[in-house]
Amino acid sequence: MSLAITKINPAFVDVMPQEYLDLASDGPFAADKSVKDLGTFKELIEEHPLCAGCNLALAFRTLISALPCPEDTVIVGSTGCNSLAFPQLAIHNVHALFGNQNAVASGLKRGLKLRFPDQNKDVVVMAGDGATADIGFDMTMHSWIRGENITTVMFDNEIYANTGGQESGMTPFGTVRNMAPTGKNFQKMNVPEFAKQAGCVYVAKVSTANTAKIGQCFRNAVLAAREIGPTYIQIYTPCPTNLKMKPAESVALAKKRAKEDYAFEEYMSEEVENLLVSSGAIKPKVKKEEGKK
Amino acid sequence: MSAKNLKEVSTEYMLFEAKREEQFMTGSEAVREAIRRANVDMAIAYPITPQSESMHLIGDLYAEGYVKEYFRGENEFAVMSQVAGGAMAGVRMFTATCGPGTLRAFENFPMWAGARLPIVIGFMTRAINAPLSIQPDTIEMAMLMDTGMLMLHAENAQELYDMYLMSFSIAERTSVHIPVGIFVDGFFVTHTRQKVKVVTEDVKLKPYDPSMSPTPHIDMETPPFRYMKDPFVMKSNYVSYAAHASWQQECMASIERSRPFLKELLGSFIEQQNPDAPIQIIASGTAVSQSREAIKMAKEEGIEVGLIKVKTIRPFPAEEIRQALSKAEKIIVPEFNRVGWLAKEVASVIPNNDRMVQGPRVFGGMTMPPDVIVKVIKENALFGV
Ligand SMILES: Cc1ncc(C[n+]2csc(CCOP(=O)(O)OP(=O)(O)O)c2C)c(N)n1
Ligand SMILES: [Mg+2]
Repeated sequence: MSLAITKINPAFVDVMPQEYLDLASDGPFAADKSVKDLGTFKELIEEHPLCAGCNLALAFRTLISALPCPEDTVIVGSTGCNSLAFPQLAIHNVHALFGNQNAVASGLKRGLKLRFPDQNKDVVVMAGDGATADIGFDMTMHSWIRGENITTVMFDNEIYANTGGQESGMTPFGTVRNMAPTGKNFQKMNVPEFAKQAGCVYVAKVSTANTAKIGQCFRNAVLAAREIGPTYIQIYTPCPTNLKMKPAESVALAKKRAKEDYAFEEYMSEEVENLLVSSGAIKPKVKKEEGKK
Repeated sequence: MSAKNLKEVSTEYMLFEAKREEQFMTGSEAVREAIRRANVDMAIAYPITPQSESMHLIGDLYAEGYVKEYFRGENEFAVMSQVAGGAMAGVRMFTATCGPGTLRAFENFPMWAGARLPIVIGFMTRAINAPLSIQPDTIEMAMLMDTGMLMLHAENAQELYDMYLMSFSIAERTSVHIPVGIFVDGFFVTHTRQKVKVVTEDVKLKPYDPSMSPTPHIDMETPPFRYMKDPFVMKSNYVSYAAHASWQQECMASIERSRPFLKELLGSFIEQQNPDAPIQIIASGTAVSQSREAIKMAKEEGIEVGLIKVKTIRPFPAEEIRQALSKAEKIIVPEFNRVGWLAKEVASVIPNNDRMVQGPRVFGGMTMPPDVIVKVIKENALFGV
């Protein structure tokens, strides 16, 4: 993309909201920013309709700040609380239907490859646990099985937040939720494992307990999807509203879960590791024996 | 002939000027021959009888280089979403389905229209469950009537071929830019051989021009830099409601704005035969061919019957039909479905619709022998005509 399109037509400058002017003058484009730089540049429009203490909003902000090439990225979302943050974005984004995000992204990525064979156009899916693992599960899995060059991010709040707190496939066993009045009677779906089985070349499980990790993993995932194959990141993003807790308590919950069953996990294929090492995104893993020397 | 070095021509040239040669082929092959010349960028397929053969043949076109990208999706809902993604990226898309596949995909169709995606889709109509049947039936057309797509109904393989060739240009006009559905009665046309005049193989349509879209594409090349396709308007306030309402009206208006282009390329919305006869048959698709035979048979018995063939279902040629039926005393509507969607549409736009005879209707895969129509003609001829 030419950065010229981020400039505002001079004839409109006096009627544009300040936020928009800030995005144009101090936005994320071609800035090579990271999570550490949050607060020093403008990555989103502030006003959003998500609840106070929403961990989706936190994860969202972190992800956007870590995009390797925001000016040539499109984000495909799905219906749900998470999608309510999309109008905040400073970049192109798509909402089509509830659950079809990985299918739309597959067509979009292939279409962009046809039109711009020599340019990077990163296609990233960001959707809820309901969208990714329940209603859109077949399309999530098949996009991986087909080896589409897209990154899939699941905001895992373990609940259908937007429709008022129903059980999802990602809700932990035994939890009482709407539509599971006596407690969920089957296990939380192990989507990271499914992702590996279905051909994802990079898979990470993270939580809002560690935003820097979210940023690093996301960057790795987007670079790997661009060059090699499908990638998946699952982020624990607890919902204070549906869990009926104070906004400030939700990050504490994320930290607690990160110590218990939501600890950081990362998998990458050898090819991805070589790519990320050679591009300087990660340091080469030091083998144990060598480390001792 | 190879897919390389084809001359790019306008739709008008393709339809009215290009050299043609007559070939004997199935309806499915007519679809292939149209798409061969349509400069389609990407086609996505999912099998369902009687559509499958057409999409196999489009796969052959991909293998030969006439279509740049092609794959089999995992189900029709996914396929229609993938097709939407491609169209959002700004490439020319094609797919086809029918019956149960149409219903499986359904949520996508109003989304396509609302997102102003100029997708061309073929429907080789078929019965829907339950019970399971793969046989011809046009009931899905009743369900698609208000999804925001243009609907053209082909009578035979020749018309099918020509409708496909014109559909891209109509779908892609800036003032239209909405999906176009090309309907054909499955098996009756797709699986029978007919003579089709096809354009020589050295030409193809001009490519889709994304810059002509009324809403920007998702290509990160088009201002504004901050663009959402398509924004939610679900805040609880009047401005949001009005935005949604006016966008729906705009999509409906874009269907109406297709009229001059359709008229130019299709020649007319309806075709009439024997317009002064007191009994008129109005029909679309293969019901027209069956009616033509029935009219010949009735004439041998001394009964004059007229015929109105309807080519576009959306936009619906209400004014043309009103005019054509202004003097009719009895109106017969033969249909290949249970619900009688054409009869309902006609009844809603003409005065004195007690002139209408319900049917004859066949469904669930039945054929409609002309004598079924003749029987209805005779029943109505007895009553004072
Ligand atoms: C076809 C369809 N079914 C159901 C819904 C209702 N719906 C909207 S959002 C949503 C839940 C979303 O849950 P999730 O994907 O986990 O996202 P969250 O709200 O938790 O961010 C549901 C069930 C819908 N919009 N469309
Ligand atoms: Mg959720």
